[in-house]
Amino acid sequence: MRALSYERAADPRAAQRAVASEPDTMFLAGGTNLVDLMKLGVHRPDRLIDITGLGLDAIEHRADGSVLIGATVRNSALAADPGIRERFPMLSQSLLAGASGQLRNMATTAGNLLQRTRCVYFQDTSKPCNKREPGSGCSALQGAHRDLALLGTSEECVASHPSDMAVALAALDARVLVQRADGTAEVPQSLDSLYREPGDDPSHDTTLQPGDLIIAVELPAPPVGARMAYRKVRDRWSYAFALVSVAALVVADEDGRLREVRVALGGVASRPWRARKAEALLAGARPDPAADAVRAAVLSEFDRARPLPDNAFKAELAADTAAAVVSDLLWP
Amino acid sequence: MTDRPIWSQVTLSVNGDERTLELDNRTTLLDALREHLDLTGTKKGCDHGQCGACTVLLDGERVNSCLLLAVMADGHEVRTIEGIAELGQASGDDPSERELHPVQRAFLDHDGLQCGYCTPGQICSAVGMLGEAQRGWPSRVTSDLHAGLAGADALDPEEVAERMSGNLCRCGAYVGIVDAILAAAGAPARDAADRSGDPSRA
Repeated sequence: MRALSYERAADPRAAQRAVASEPDTMFLAGGTNLVDLMKLGVHRPDRLIDITGLGLDAIEHRADGSVLIGATVRNSALAADPGIRERFPMLSQSLLAGASGQLRNMATTAGNLLQRTRCVYFQDTSKPCNKREPGSGCSALQGAHRDLALLGTSEECVASHPSDMAVALAALDARVLVQRADGTAEVPQSLDSLYREPGDDPSHDTTLQPGDLIIAVELPAPPVGARMAYRKVRDRWSYAFALVSVAALVVADEDGRLREVRVALGGVASRPWRARKAEALLAGARPDPAADAVRAAVLSEFDRARPLPDNAFKAELAADTAAAVVSDLLWP
Repeated sequence: MTDRPIWSQVTLSVNGDERTLELDNRTTLLDALREHLDLTGTKKGCDHGQCGACTVLLDGERVNSCLLLAVMADGHEVRTIEGIAELGQASGDDPSERELHPVQRAFLDHDGLQCGYCTPGQICSAVGMLGEAQRGWPSRVTSDLHAGLAGADALDPEEVAERMSGNLCRCGAYVGIVDAILAAAGAPARDAADRSGDPSRA
């Protein structure tokens, strides 16, 4: 690890200016991913600015049903929040499906959003990786890619986004409040616009500019009558990243017709993946109890996938999982 | 790199004693405890937050000390395995008469260890976890997410296994670990018929 200075931010603007102007200065929150990547030599900051003292650690339930979640609210506190458990259960479920009790006590909301891929080549500085070292090549194409992505990938990078929480947030139409480094107004942005696909520049996971600071995540009130759930499929019963995960939200009429349906997928894409093609196919549909329509719709989401030999199975696994989740929501 | 300091003065409350150290900012809390304070009860396993051997309590909550820089904990309270027995006991007790923490006692009574390397982390994690359970925090396997858990004594083997999944035991002492934690929680013991249960789930 490189020698570094450490300070606790007292003023967000000053911290943002420092990160914006010095390429080796980074924000630090829970540290669960960043400190690990520093040990591995993947990130080599020479100055850390700890933002956990900025007072961004409140969960505010508003009268209109929306919720404002501070950037440094710990994952465990968010998962345990009674209002989140009652009204946004899939968010608690997604958090509780991720990491361990210890890590959830440390990890923050914004840090969870901005965690880096767990692609083994990204974390191994002895190997080529276009995300870590642009232009060096992608070791995963020929190597271990079972855990990696088949949607939103490129020839340069097939890294998967590791967050569970972000998949639930995508399905909840969450908006991320970013304070811009250049001082322009905070603009809530969707997760679709926060994350970018690798294309020919996999080194940037998001559209954030240096010094931009996530200050909160906003949850709009869920639609009236919404039912929602998060389900994660993995190799180990607990404490493992997803092979596939599904966050689903449905609003159904009395006759079972889907008035609203949202499906987000984890473990299969370069970013939390809203399955908008599947949603469009299912809107207004009346799925059968076997949920074959859901299965077919989610499978069609993978028409544009770039499967690799060892991760192609995840298209069917995602479709099966989504069908099971929606079925359980509609016919509990 | 400018001339900003790469060392910091770090003051921690460690097992109730205030300790001040001059540390290179790169020093993890784990290394500060083991190498600067000679508190070697906290173990270094993977050093990457994957095994839980380094678990300590920070302000009462369980954390992986290998992923915290010590300077991040400046001004906070750390409780390690060396200070677990004191938790819940009146201060000023004669140290020679201090008893083990109920979780420590239960690990001995239920064979919750073999080689013992993961044990300090298991015990610190269990103490933190029981606090979470007592507050009613749900886990991924809690049947009613909204209602949460009725308390630590409502834990069952599946709940303990899920909540303790951040602590690995390479000897595979999980069956005893789960039994020990259930006993310390005041929860019903696993059925005798269930005692050969699948330890891979723990």
